[in-house]
Amino acid sequence: MDILGSFSLLLAFLAAVYAMGAGIAGIVTRKTLLTKSARNAGMAVFVLVTLAVACLEYYFFTDNFSMAYVAAHSNRALPFYYKFAALWAGQEGSLLLWTWLLSTYAFFAIFINRNKHPELMPYVGVVLASVQTFFLTLNNFVASPFAVLAGADPSGVMRVSALSDGHGLNPLLQYPEMVIHPPMLYLGYTGFTVPFAFALGALLGRYPGEKWIHITRRWTMIAWCFQSIGILLGAHWAYAVLGWGGYWAWDPVENASLLPWITGTAFLHSVMMQEKRGMMKVWNIWLVFTTFMLCILGTLLTRSGIVSSVHAFAQSSIGNWFVGFLALVFIVCCASYWKNRDYLRSDNQLDSLVSRESSFLFNNLILLAACFAVLWGTLFPVLSEWVVGNKISVGPPFFNKVNIPIALFLLLLTGVGPLLAWRKTSFDALKRNFAWPLSGGVLAGVIALVFGFRDIYSLICLILGVFVTLTIFSEFFRGARVIAGRDGSNLISAVGELTMRNTRRYGGYVVHFGMVLIFIGIAGVPFNKDVQKEMSIGQTLNIGPYSILCQNFDRVQNGNYDSERATLEVFRNGKSEMMLYPERRFFLASQVTETMVAVQSSPLRDLYIVYAGRSPETGQPVIHAYLNPLVKWIWFGGIVVVLGTGLALLSNRRAALVFRPVTEQAWGDRLPARVSPVGAIAQRGDAND
Amino acid sequence: MKVRSKFLVGSGIIVITLISLAYLGFTQSKTYYHTITELSTLQGTSLRQRMRVSGNVKIGTIAHVPGSVDFVLTEQGKDLRVSYVGRDPLPDTFKDGAQALVEGKMMPDNRFEAEQVQAKCASKYEAAPNQTSGSPQPGQTSNGVDARPAGS
Repeated sequence: MDILGSFSLLLAFLAAVYAMGAGIAGIVTRKTLLTKSARNAGMAVFVLVTLAVACLEYYFFTDNFSMAYVAAHSNRALPFYYKFAALWAGQEGSLLLWTWLLSTYAFFAIFINRNKHPELMPYVGVVLASVQTFFLTLNNFVASPFAVLAGADPSGVMRVSALSDGHGLNPLLQYPEMVIHPPMLYLGYTGFTVPFAFALGALLGRYPGEKWIHITRRWTMIAWCFQSIGILLGAHWAYAVLGWGGYWAWDPVENASLLPWITGTAFLHSVMMQEKRGMMKVWNIWLVFTTFMLCILGTLLTRSGIVSSVHAFAQSSIGNWFVGFLALVFIVCCASYWKNRDYLRSDNQLDSLVSRESSFLFNNLILLAACFAVLWGTLFPVLSEWVVGNKISVGPPFFNKVNIPIALFLLLLTGVGPLLAWRKTSFDALKRNFAWPLSGGVLAGVIALVFGFRDIYSLICLILGVFVTLTIFSEFFRGARVIAGRDGSNLISAVGELTMRNTRRYGGYVVHFGMVLIFIGIAGVPFNKDVQKEMSIGQTLNIGPYSILCQNFDRVQNGNYDSERATLEVFRNGKSEMMLYPERRFFLASQVTETMVAVQSSPLRDLYIVYAGRSPETGQPVIHAYLNPLVKWIWFGGIVVVLGTGLALLSNRRAALVFRPVTEQAWGDRLPARVSPVGAIAQRGDAND
Repeated sequence: MKVRSKFLVGSGIIVITLISLAYLGFTQSKTYYHTITELSTLQGTSLRQRMRVSGNVKIGTIAHVPGSVDFVLTEQGKDLRVSYVGRDPLPDTFKDGAQALVEGKMMPDNRFEAEQVQAKCASKYEAAPNQTSGSPQPGQTSNGVDARPAGS
């Protein structure tokens, strides 16, 4: 049993190598049988890696402490769900998780298309197998999770040894979100491999038309959705566990996860330009390439400690492998682009500055600028050391200065873009579509200003947020009213009907709405307050409308940790509202101290209280209280984004009856062809999809 | 004007705005990393920059004085006197012998005034690089999210 895991992992590596080699041979010799066998090998990788993962989980659940990885990240007393999550608590296991999720994607991408696109799939299979080969090389030969503990016995013979108990899981990771956050983020990272494989495959095989775009859009949305979930869960974990009152600090590791998300977002938008107008083909191919490379870069930054974030002193030699792989991918991308660049000629030109096309162009330009700024800031210590020999890091002010205006401009485009027509929008149409929402936004701004809302960025964010929300609702309302009028149904069911008829468009609106909620939540930041005070029993601390009375300090001890705990009573307007118990736990097994934040969360504000430790001078307990407005909107917005993406992934109702044949060729000049099957909406040709 | 050039002008304005904002943010927040050995060789303006210095807390040097916590950071035999003047309580991991990273400025009396102190204690997580156990480093969890030491 002990060697089954490493054996299947080795077999997986061989299968991936075979899938790559036989795939290339199949393409060159045009032998169908060879291609088929490569395809089957590609699917077998998934089965074998799954087996390896199952083995490692089995070792965790059976407390097999002769396995080095299990001994380092688990102990007997660990609850079963954390034993499960301990799989990705360290380098080796995280990389195995990467490989496994990648092989899962690859399996489904190959399986779903097994009888389709015979000219494209062999290339896709080869690209997928190549990426898998790289990761399986790491899994097998560089960072194997199946190393066993061994020691020499008295006669000098090496024997497998086992610890009586493991070292346990890092307490910071003992939090429910840690069970789901890493797989979600990795599902995002790995998921972008599929669009990459299709894009590179289509380019290499000179696959005609824009079909690869249609296939990959869905995969990109899935990966994007997981990436969004992963980022937000990470932010929430940082907020709830780390106890510094914030959720985002522009740390290299955070930035690494944001980069592919940004380019993925850009791709999801610019892809429409190619579908509808046959434009931006080069751009799109490179966006997909870049997104994939940023995923690898993200893994590199997280795994190697190349950019030593203040918190991560980690160093590991594995970075070199990623740098090598990244360089190889870049060279392959450049070479295949150069060789096939004529295949990517654009069909159309930009017609007007006030058009859907140009709003997409600006959207992409801005997103890329954001991506570049974040990348630049993240890598700056490395770059500056190369260039001037001095390691210089940049802090949050840099990232905020650049990204806040970008984000607000994007928010504006979110409202404007979908209502502009393709090619050219008339002034009348502009007035018709925007008069209402814009006045609503301005009105909200004026009201806020009267109530003493003084932060300029937050004010703009509010105005734009209201504006975008109104445009979204008016879109739903207009479409639904037409349907309701025709079918005699009520408006609510008409909204449902409308959405289901064009899930992509209305799902997209829901995603936009979710983003607005997230923006509003972030706009609360300038109004954050915090107070830190040494407190003894009977003292109070005032923050915002609350006054916090310190009732008691006590110690809680159990086998797992010793804890210092404060008992605080929160008053508002003289009335007792609740009790909060912030703690500071000292975990005995790992000798690590951890803060247990006490949060009282409401849609309007979070009261976030940290037991910060004892004052260095007086030895008195220090309580740090934060009042963070609107944070809950971020998490709620995240849920809306996910629901919207799910909606956009559904198939259109009745689509098969009416416009399947049209979508197949809906590119280039045949723009008006792809309108919804609903006649009423088709009349509004200025805003289809 | 042709559409293309209009678009280019628009993009140009955006790009220039962003670059100037980036430059502003950069000058506000740039921080230099220096080793203690390098500090003694710095001269002139580079001494007044905001910087980060790392080293080990010299055993027995932590002193709580009114208004600050003083200690000595040591690295490769070189010492640096540090005064921590920040508001936040020091992290629990800040102890004799701990690896610490301080951020702040050099004072004229060759004292380093730190506004932030981050520390890593000598725990089991401080595994040497490339050890087979592959324990996560403190402050960096193995899953893509950075963990900041408590109190930072």
